[in-house]
Amino acid sequence: MRRILLAVLAALPLMGAADDTFAIRAATVHPVSGPKLENATLLVVNGTIAEIGNAKLAVPKGTRVIDGKGLHVYPGIIDSSTQVGLSEISSVRETSDVSELGDFKPQLRAAVAINPSSEHIPVIRANGTTTALAVPGGGLIAGQASMMHLDGWTWEDMTVRRDAAMVLNFPTLSASGDRSFADARRNYDQQIRNLSAYLESARRYQKAKAAPVPDFRIDLALDAMLPVLEGKVPLLVGAERERAVRDAIAWADREKLKIVLFNVRRPGKAMTEIKSRNIPVILGPTQELPLEEDDPYDEAFTVPLEFHKAGVKFAFGTFGNQFARNLPYQAATAVAFGLPYEEALKAITINPAEIFGISAITGSVEKGKWADLILTDGDPLEVKTQVKRMFIKGKEVDLDSRHTRLYKKYMARP
Amino acid sequence: MKLASLLLLGCGALLAAPPIVIQNANVLTITKGSFKGAVVIKDGKIVEAGEKVIIPPGAQVIDAGGQYLMPGIIDCHSHIAADSINEGSVSVSSMVGIEDVLDPTAISIYRALAGGVTTANILHGSANSIGGKCSVIKTRWGKGAQGILFEGAKPGIKFALGENPKRQGNTPNVRIPGAPISLRYPATRMGVEDVIRQAFTEAKQYQKQWKDYEARKASGAAVIPPRRDLKLEPLVEILDGKRLVHAHSYRADEILMLLRVADDFGFKIKTLQHVLEGYKVAKEIAAHGAGASTFSDWWAYKVEAYDAIPYNAAIMVRKGVLVSLNSDDAELMRRLNTEAAKTMKYGGLTEEEALSLITINPAKQLDLDNRIGSIEAGKDADLVLFDKHPLSSFAKVQKVLIDGTVYFDRDTDLSDRNRRQLEKQKLLDKEKQNQPKKQGGPGRRPA
Repeated sequence: MRRILLAVLAALPLMGAADDTFAIRAATVHPVSGPKLENATLLVVNGTIAEIGNAKLAVPKGTRVIDGKGLHVYPGIIDSSTQVGLSEISSVRETSDVSELGDFKPQLRAAVAINPSSEHIPVIRANGTTTALAVPGGGLIAGQASMMHLDGWTWEDMTVRRDAAMVLNFPTLSASGDRSFADARRNYDQQIRNLSAYLESARRYQKAKAAPVPDFRIDLALDAMLPVLEGKVPLLVGAERERAVRDAIAWADREKLKIVLFNVRRPGKAMTEIKSRNIPVILGPTQELPLEEDDPYDEAFTVPLEFHKAGVKFAFGTFGNQFARNLPYQAATAVAFGLPYEEALKAITINPAEIFGISAITGSVEKGKWADLILTDGDPLEVKTQVKRMFIKGKEVDLDSRHTRLYKKYMARP
Repeated sequence: MKLASLLLLGCGALLAAPPIVIQNANVLTITKGSFKGAVVIKDGKIVEAGEKVIIPPGAQVIDAGGQYLMPGIIDCHSHIAADSINEGSVSVSSMVGIEDVLDPTAISIYRALAGGVTTANILHGSANSIGGKCSVIKTRWGKGAQGILFEGAKPGIKFALGENPKRQGNTPNVRIPGAPISLRYPATRMGVEDVIRQAFTEAKQYQKQWKDYEARKASGAAVIPPRRDLKLEPLVEILDGKRLVHAHSYRADEILMLLRVADDFGFKIKTLQHVLEGYKVAKEIAAHGAGASTFSDWWAYKVEAYDAIPYNAAIMVRKGVLVSLNSDDAELMRRLNTEAAKTMKYGGLTEEEALSLITINPAKQLDLDNRIGSIEAGKDADLVLFDKHPLSSFAKVQKVLIDGTVYFDRDTDLSDRNRRQLEKQKLLDKEKQNQPKKQGGPGRRPA
C-alpha cells in the first residue's frame, strides 16, 4: 500500500511543493559509510536520498533549498534497545506495557503497544535519535522487538520493521538466598530443557504446517516462531557474562539458530566464540558502575573497546527511556576510554541498521536510502552540540517537546 | 587526645612535603578566569595561580602537558560510603546521623575520586519529612572514617517532601494476606507540612526552655537543666543558623510550602535538593535565598518527576538562584563534568557558568566556599587534571589532588592493575587451600 503510494508520488512531476523533496547545500556530510564530504550538496526526492555531490551538483528547478552552511549532516541515530512508547512513567504500573505474563510468547508484537503520543518520543528524538528498537521483556521468549521511527500519527506510521528481532532472555544460573548451587543448577537445566522443548514443538509445528495433517490447527505462538526457524528473524539473546554467553552460543549452535547477543557485559573467553560465529552484539550502557567491587574503575567504559579489538560487530542501546536521549554520550564515553571514534559512530547508525536488517533503507547517508537525517552544529557525540533539524523519510520533524514547551512557558513567567 | 595526635601527625606530614608546582596547564579557576599557566601548592593549600609563577626552591614540578586543571568537583547530594541511608520508622528522624555509618573503605569513594570528585555531601535518605544529619566528606581514599570527614564543615540535615516521605502512609500495592498493615503518618503533602510544623513548634519550645534555663543559671539561680532531646537539638541548631537544611523536593507546590514554613519559623532552607520543578518557582526560591541542587536531565521515573526538564538548572540560574548539579548516584557521580555540559545544551549557560554548577556553587551551598570550589590562593589544593576540556564528552580524569596530595593518578592506576590481579589470585589460592577437605554432607563451611 505504502509502496504504491510512493510509486505514485515518484511518478508525479517535481513541483517543489512536496515537503519531502529538498536539497541541502554547503553542509558537511558525514555519510558514516564513507569519508566526510565538505561543502556538499544533498538532494532528497520524495523522502529518499537521490544524490550526494559537491557544491556544483545541479538540483531540479524549484527544489526547496536548505542552507547547510556551518551545519553537519549525519544519519539519524538508532538506539538498539529502548522501551519507547511501551512505558511512560516507570514507577507507575498502569503506564507500562513492557512485560507480559508467561514464559513463551513469541506472538507478542511490541509495535502494536507503542503509544505514538508518548512524551518520551519527542524528548528522545530532540537529541538526534530517529529510530529506536522497542524491546519487550518478561519470561523466556518475551516477544518481538520492533524497530520504530520516532515520528508518526500511528504506530503503523512509525513501524520500520515490526519483527526486527525475537527477544529471548536466556536463563541465568544464579544461586542466591537459601537456594543451593545444586538447586539452582537443576532449575537452570530444566529451563534450558523447556526452551529446547519449545523449539522442538515449533519445528514439529513447522513440519505439520508444511504438509498439513488432518487435525492441523493454527497456534499463534508457534506460528510466530517460524521466521526465527527460517533464519529470517534473529533471536535477540540476553546474556551478560561468560557462562551465559557460552551456554547461549552452544544452545544456538545445537538449535541451528541465528542470534544477536544482547546486553553482553563480560564475555571473557567466550569472546572468541562470538567472533568465530560472527555473532553481532548489542552492548548495554557504557555509563555503568563496574560489575565487581574489585574491577578497575573504568571497567564498563572499556567494554566496547574489548569487542572492537576482538573484531565483533556491535551496536549501542540505552535499555530504557529516561536516558535514551543520552545514547550519543554512551558512545562518547567508550571513545574517551579508547574506542576509535568512527566505530562509536557506526555503533549508533549503520551497525544497528545492519544487525536488524534495515541497512538497505537507513543507517547511513547514501543514495537510495531514506532521508533519515539530522543537521547539527557539531559532533553529535559532544554534549554541547545542538541538533538543529531532523528529517525522517525526508519529512521534517518537530524538535519541540514537553521539555521545550515547559522551558518556554516558565522562562516567560513574570 | 586521639584527635590531637592525629592532627599532629597530619601537620607533620604536611610540613615535610615539598611544595608542588603544576605547570603548563590550561587552568580553569572558575572565579578568576582561565589561562595557560601554573598553580603552586604549599602545605596543602594553593599559594599562587597565574600565567607566570615563582617556583619555590625544592618544589616538585608536575608538567601538565597542556591538559586542563580545574578545582575538585563537589557533589552536593550523594550517598556513597554510607552503610545505611534511611531510618524509616519515624517521620522525624533528626536524632540519627550519617557520620555514625560512614565506611571509609567503600570502593565508591575511589570511583568518585577517579571521576574528579573531591568533596561530597553525604545525605540521609528521603523516607522522612525531617531526616537524619548529613556529613560532608573529602574523597581521601585510604584514610579512616575520621580522615574522610571534611574538617570544620558546617553540619547539615536532610528534609524530604512529596512522594517519598508519604509513601509509608499509603497502603502498599502488594500485600501479604493476613499481615497487618502498618501505616505511618503522613500520607499526603498536607501531612508532610504538618509534621514539619509540629516538629518546629516543639523545637521552638525546647529552644526557649534552654534559653530560660541559661538565663536563670547566669543570674545565679540554682536550676535544673531541661531534659535533653536528641531529636529536637538539631532542629534548634537549624533555628540558630548552625545547621544547614538540605531539602529533597520535586513539585513546585511543596517547594513553596517549605519556604513558607521556614519563613514562618524564621530559619533558612540552605538548599532544595532535586528541586525538579524549581524552575516553576525560581522567583520564590531566589527571594528566600535558598540554593538549588538538581539533576541535569532525570525525568519521568515517577509521577512527581513528570514535569522535570533539563532546562531546570539554566532557568533557575537565569532567575537568580544559586544552582548546583548533583548525582545522588555512585555512577553518575563519576561524570559530573559532562552533566554540567548539558546546561550549555539545555538553556545556553556559558562554560564558566556550567562549571560553576559543580564547583564554586555547591561550595557556597555547603558554606565551604572559603575553602574549596575555585582555584584561588589560600584555598585547599583540591584539583583535577583532565586530558581534554572537562566539558567535552571525550575528557577523562588524569590526576586528582586533595589538600595538595595526589589521591588518584590514572597512569598509576593502570600500571598497578597487574599487581592487584596477582594479589587477588594469591588470596584466592590461599582461600582454596584453607578450605576443609570435603567430607560429605552439604553446607560445610569453614568457621
